Amino acid sequence: MSDSFLKTIFGRLTLESFPIHEPILIATFAGVAVGGVAVLAALTWFKLWGYLWKEWFTSVDHKKIGIMYMVLGIVMLLRGFADALMMRAQQAMAFGANDGFLPAHHYDQVFTAHGVIMIFFVAMPFVTGLMNYVVPLQIGARDVSFPFLNNFSFWMTAAGAAIVMMSLFVGEFARTGWLAMAPLSGLDYSPDVGVDYYIWALQIAGVGTLLSGVNLLATIIKMRAPGMGLMKMPIFTWSALATNVLIVAAFPVLTAVLAMLSLDRYVGTHFFTNTMGGNPMMYVNMIWIWGHPEVYILILPLFGVFSEVTSTFSGKRLFGYTSMVYALLVITILAYLVWLHHFFTMGSGASVNSFFGITTMIISIPTGAKIFNWLFTMYKGRIRFELPMMWTIAFMITFVIGGMTGVLLAVPPADFVLHNSLFLIAHFHNVIIGGVLFGTFAGLNYWFPKAFGFKLDKFWGTISFWFWVVGFYVAFMPLYVLGLMGVTRRLRHFDDPSLQIWFIIAAIGAVLIAIGIAALLIQFYVSFRNREALRDTTGDPWNGRSLEWATSSPPPAYNFAFTPVVHDLDAWYDMKSQKAVRPVDGFRAIHMPRNTGTGVILAGLSAVIGVAMIWYMWWLAILGFVALLGVAIVHTFNYDRDYYIPADEVTAVENARTTQLAPAMVGGA
Amino acid sequence: MTMRTPSLPPARSLRTAAALAAPALLGGCDWVVMNPAGDVARQQANLILWSTGLMLLIIVPVIVLTVLFAWKYRATNEDAEHRPDWDHSTGLELVIWSAPLLIVIALGALTWISTHALDPYRPLSRIASGKPLAKNDRPLEIQVVSLDWKWLFIYPEQGVATVNELVLPVNRQVRFRLTSSSVMNTFYVPTLAGMIYTMPGMETRLHAVLNRPGRFKGLSANYSGAGFSGMHFTVDGMDDAGFAKWVSEARTAKQRLDLPTYVTLEKPSENVPAARFVAAAPQLFDRVIGMCTKPGETCMQATMMKDAGHPNAAAETGKPRGSDGEGALQKQPEEKGSSPHRNAPRESAPGTSKPGSEANRSMTSADPLPAILARSVAPARS
Repeated sequence: MSDSFLKTIFGRLTLESFPIHEPILIATFAGVAVGGVAVLAALTWFKLWGYLWKEWFTSVDHKKIGIMYMVLGIVMLLRGFADALMMRAQQAMAFGANDGFLPAHHYDQVFTAHGVIMIFFVAMPFVTGLMNYVVPLQIGARDVSFPFLNNFSFWMTAAGAAIVMMSLFVGEFARTGWLAMAPLSGLDYSPDVGVDYYIWALQIAGVGTLLSGVNLLATIIKMRAPGMGLMKMPIFTWSALATNVLIVAAFPVLTAVLAMLSLDRYVGTHFFTNTMGGNPMMYVNMIWIWGHPEVYILILPLFGVFSEVTSTFSGKRLFGYTSMVYALLVITILAYLVWLHHFFTMGSGASVNSFFGITTMIISIPTGAKIFNWLFTMYKGRIRFELPMMWTIAFMITFVIGGMTGVLLAVPPADFVLHNSLFLIAHFHNVIIGGVLFGTFAGLNYWFPKAFGFKLDKFWGTISFWFWVVGFYVAFMPLYVLGLMGVTRRLRHFDDPSLQIWFIIAAIGAVLIAIGIAALLIQFYVSFRNREALRDTTGDPWNGRSLEWATSSPPPAYNFAFTPVVHDLDAWYDMKSQKAVRPVDGFRAIHMPRNTGTGVILAGLSAVIGVAMIWYMWWLAILGFVALLGVAIVHTFNYDRDYYIPADEVTAVENARTTQLAPAMVGGA
Repeated sequence: MTMRTPSLPPARSLRTAAALAAPALLGGCDWVVMNPAGDVARQQANLILWSTGLMLLIIVPVIVLTVLFAWKYRATNEDAEHRPDWDHSTGLELVIWSAPLLIVIALGALTWISTHALDPYRPLSRIASGKPLAKNDRPLEIQVVSLDWKWLFIYPEQGVATVNELVLPVNRQVRFRLTSSSVMNTFYVPTLAGMIYTMPGMETRLHAVLNRPGRFKGLSANYSGAGFSGMHFTVDGMDDAGFAKWVSEARTAKQRLDLPTYVTLEKPSENVPAARFVAAAPQLFDRVIGMCTKPGETCMQATMMKDAGHPNAAAETGKPRGSDGEGALQKQPEEKGSSPHRNAPRESAPGTSKPGSEANRSMTSADPLPAILARSVAPARS
């Protein structure tokens, strides 16, 4: 066969694209393959395929989709954290004559993959998963506005993650840093598949994120229970609303900028090239016009979580609800007015830099107000130190430190000496770990009993908590110090031996965090084993305040047998205080959306197109695209999209709950 | 028109506090950002201290209150007051919005003033605290080009050029004009002043002064590819006599930096030792910006003049750089190449199989040391 023919079929995929030269990787790959086959075989043996396919993969139930998002986030956290450990180890050893264990080629992929995975495939699935699970329950809805779209969004995100993971074994990932800045990411300087993996993974996952944003936005606007005016909406739902406004407005910019980069790479346009009228600074501007709102997309939902948790565990109404809502909205708007602070050092004039510096500082006002509101929610409360509350307190202390260093970085002349330094790295890990991850863990521990019907084990949860919190400080405080010593980011090797001790301390911190992650996994296992002892039969294990606690744990597929009517911000607390009686008869058939496999198929085809484009297999890309259109069109003719849960079944489910609640009712009455 | 630069109040008390706390924390380490040798960096360090101090006014109470409230209102403390329905207080709301607001107003004013005073494009107004600059001061101009993966410094007045060796006369204002040959880098001498990007086809500027003789370190602070980690240079501060001596020494360099030499020099190489040249191409810096260092390339400046319909636009003789580039879809199957696995062994000395190929940039290691550099390595200095 001629070379030309092979290249037409396989593009630039050749034998050297596989790790056949590397015994360790072959073994790893073989291990993964054997393990994978074992898992698949076990699934087949226990006849779980049908269950997984019918109950999970094709499910349009927002609760199951939310859980799948969380699982995706946790799996990808393990991968992203493995990258972090490799970086910490490399930087702790590569001094003087020691070159470390990662060559530049490899190290540069590791830090790129770490950033991309942690933001797009850990933090984003976590926040989307929480919003997906909780928002419909909190607003008393049966599902989201567009249930099929929700399933499709999840699988697009998962397809993006799969593409990133594929780069481990076939070819390579980008060596550009997590934002793939032009012109480094252009064809001239990154000719290999790495940047194409980056582009297609993010484009495909980005479709999922955008559609999920549209979906949740429509859900919150249109599907609230009667009586729930905007200012009676639970604060987490408010934060989800603000977040999804940001997603809908910001993600198209990412799509556009990556599309332009693709055009540069695939058809030879000159948007971001050095020559022929291209302007790489335009890439920097556009990616940060998406990138800064993205930061708030990540943190706002967790602000919501902290609000719910503080109020619930302090046994008090949230202090300053109205000002919390306005603070969210102010942050939402200001999020678009600060992007230039990511590159003060690119030589904008002093007035431009001052403008963006000051707008950035202004964001700290509503954020500070929120912190104070949490503080005064605790004031004169009865604080129960359950795991969610512990994470919240750790967040409040950690986040204000990160916020302070952030405002410091917003002062342009200070940024001139701290930009791109390890001080900056310490800052954003300070807010992302201290805010987004701590918040996710608070939310996870808070809503887990709702999702699975049993609480998470407190002992292992506490172990995980302390290793995470202490590990975070040990890992990142040295980075602040190193930043003040003039050490910058993404360096693979150092000459000055006096710096080494700080990197060793940071590496120890990373190991502590690793133990925290292990304890988290053990916590899941132990809780599952002890699930009977940890069982929540009431549906309201924390003495909650919003509607999700009004239904059973886990909630039935239809969430609420009767749509609740809301009279107060803390709707469920209000019902409890008014001694509202749960209806026990008169159930009617419930109209529900039907599961469909189209989301899985469309996302799978998108992944095929992505891979074909990455490897220059044009025929496969065309074929995949035609198939994608075909499936999408055929799906529009699928009229079998809904069904009714018969009244008998609803009655049976609700009667079971009545029985389950009976002892509690007797005790309570 | 020149504006008087408002100078920041010296953060003396804060600095003293930091200086007292520092040895305990540092154990002898050098926090160069907080203790720099250049006046601009000094002012930036003061600004860090002032801003941090301002913010601590609010951060410390928040942390203290968090711990205090968490302890006092713990569920087991039955004595503490419990008001489950207390959720609003106009007075308190006013305080919690206005306290951060006041801090931000103060910080914003500080930002506006200091950002203008320390704008890297603005000529300095002083050499050091209390030492204003003479009205007719002419800064020393140094042209900086970031190459893959080394730094080229051109001293146009002195007629010398160096690689990875920056020599500055102390207490003299320096104007850096900076650009890049291929991708973005950041020029950063922590002890001297803040960083500034070097960008291909664009010029950035930085004004700074070094106040203390000695040897310091400079580096690229923006990731630029495989050889990025080795992209650092020495910075030597000398008195005027020392500087003059160094210049006359450098003028005796064997190599002349003309255009063909530059084209060889800009090819990717890493961990490059310091080297010196006699600057022999007066327009080199402008040509780097104009992307016309190779024969037959039209300068971007010329293209822009032509596009703008400028009457003096020269007739184009060459082609603009990059005009023959093509995207992946325009390639023939056999041009697609191959993309190896991330752990695949790389050619040990790329550049030997295909010298000058742009693809060499994606290699892990670059040429051992281009011959041109090997001959120009500066004599070792103590």
